[in-house]
Amino acid sequence: MPEIRNLTLNFGPQHPAAHGVLRLVLEMDGEVIERADPHIGLLHRGTEKLAESKPFNQSIGYMDRLDYVSMMCNEHAYVLAIEKLLGVKAPVRAQYIRVMFDEITRILNHLMWLGAHGLDIGAMTMFLYCFREREDLMDCYEAVSGTRMHATYYRPGGVYRDLPKHMPQYQASKWRNEKEAGALNESRSGSLLDFIADFVSRFPACVDEYETLLTDNRIWKQRTVDIGIVTPERALELGFTGPMLRGSGVAWDLRKKQPYEVYPELDFDIPVGVTGDCYDRYLVRVEELRQSARIISQCVDWLRANPGPVMLDDRKLTPPNRADMKGDMESLIHHFKLFTEGYCVPPGEVYAAVEHPKGEFGIYLVSDGANKPYRLKARASGFAHLSAMNEMVEGHMLSDVVAMIGTMDVVFGEIDR
Amino acid sequence: MSKLEVLNAALQELIGTHIVRCDVAFDEITIEIAPGDLVSVMTQLKEHPQLAFTQLSDLSGVDYLTYGQADWQTQSASTSGFSRGVSLGSVTAEPAPGRRFAISYQLLSITHNFRLRVKVYPENEPPRLDSVVDVWVGANWFEREAFDLFGILFDGHPDLRRILTDYGFIGHPFRKDFPLEGYVEVRYDPSKGRVINQPVTIEPRTLVPRVIREEDWLHSSKPVSDSNDA
Repeated sequence: MPEIRNLTLNFGPQHPAAHGVLRLVLEMDGEVIERADPHIGLLHRGTEKLAESKPFNQSIGYMDRLDYVSMMCNEHAYVLAIEKLLGVKAPVRAQYIRVMFDEITRILNHLMWLGAHGLDIGAMTMFLYCFREREDLMDCYEAVSGTRMHATYYRPGGVYRDLPKHMPQYQASKWRNEKEAGALNESRSGSLLDFIADFVSRFPACVDEYETLLTDNRIWKQRTVDIGIVTPERALELGFTGPMLRGSGVAWDLRKKQPYEVYPELDFDIPVGVTGDCYDRYLVRVEELRQSARIISQCVDWLRANPGPVMLDDRKLTPPNRADMKGDMESLIHHFKLFTEGYCVPPGEVYAAVEHPKGEFGIYLVSDGANKPYRLKARASGFAHLSAMNEMVEGHMLSDVVAMIGTMDVVFGEIDR
Repeated sequence: MSKLEVLNAALQELIGTHIVRCDVAFDEITIEIAPGDLVSVMTQLKEHPQLAFTQLSDLSGVDYLTYGQADWQTQSASTSGFSRGVSLGSVTAEPAPGRRFAISYQLLSITHNFRLRVKVYPENEPPRLDSVVDVWVGANWFEREAFDLFGILFDGHPDLRRILTDYGFIGHPFRKDFPLEGYVEVRYDPSKGRVINQPVTIEPRTLVPRVIREEDWLHSSKPVSDSNDA
């Protein structure tokens, strides 16, 4: 009788379905997974150590680069942690702007997830559809911060600047003639808020479009229904948060349960799953797309009606405006001190968590009273999710590993930090 | 009674004898417990229906080696002027024995909507502590991370391997005495035709000195003390 041994298979780190740099060492019995050992850390940049050597504000940009598909939500947790230590609160208008951009970010993240997840398990068109809408949201990022991804827009005490009155326009080029550029510019002729309002009005129809492609699709269901079932008790024990927890039927959302900023003022629902399989988590995230659009439109209405400051008027924390610096010595000194040395934060430790598109993203910040953090720890939701990989794929087929990586929505920027 | 008071009362009643220190600040409760009590207290925090901390949100190591130390003395500077020199890596006052490393556990109770931070200061070098994997299975990777970055050993952990650093990495990079630049760098050597490891060539430097200005602690009514003056 021939000797039958388990096969050890290396999956990644250079595999398109590994969503970045995941290396999985799989022990297989034929097509069936017996054990999965994820090797992470290939994208470890020591963000937390770097933050210890920089003034507080200079690390905001690093936060964008943690989970690089939901940039502003990472900033949000970091900024909230600093504000908690300082004992300050951003002006209401800034809070609405933050919530609006958090939800824009949630849509950005879920579209990226939906496109990539679809592509991984055989729905090519999804990727193209999702990226079409993502492009518009990237333009919102660009309009408000000047960059399409790594915005560094939230600051302790508010947001960097108010929403712009004009959207950047497309210009004709050798890839795009006058007529095509004009068509793109049509919705961009007003202010940023007009553009966002236009986007949320047409977005639900786009979600319907995605759903016609996937929700009742036989192949999609075969690949996701009853794959990777996690019971609610187990999900809690494993440290699951966000859609991974809600997919298992636990109605836990920090925006409702431990609300921050202006979430209590807004009207939205929390979708939950029933069986806790990949298909339920898909349904939860798709519903979150719709709910986010709902939140954004409420924010747009409020922001249109209520102009006001977007940054605290506190010269020890936020920079003075440019015009003041030209004639006022005091402002010049404040500006110089803030940008060379930064501000000192009272000693203490806080944990600030936000409902990030992937789950709970928390910043544990220890300060000893200096102008730099003493210790910063980012609690990445993907880290906890990925640690359950072994348990979730055990007994499944090799092709289900791909569905599982997709459903966890892993991004290595935040897992490896 | 506010949520924090309810939690605080429940903690004092149920595990009060094990609490070494309890801080309520910034709307958060931090309790410190002795390393020996860790697993029993954690089990009770999780199992007792009045607490029900069913989820471990986060576990992180902290190295208190240089806590409260600044590169510049700011209080005497205005009379004598600043010195531009910044001395690097000189540890002036070490923390008391057994107080260098801490592990912070962030717990979450979904039933009662509580958050709690539990801190433990493991003694000895290398710091050693019981693992809480048997209480929350999700602690597995978090403990591996604390071991990798701080060199804290967890007794009873099923698989204590490095997790974030490279295969074959030496040292624990998040300790305060580990330089930001590290010790080795990797480059391609054209003469050997392969990738080599070599000692770092970049000079350590401080771009922005670390300062502690008590008068800057915004919105605090605390008077500026002169005790930190050199």
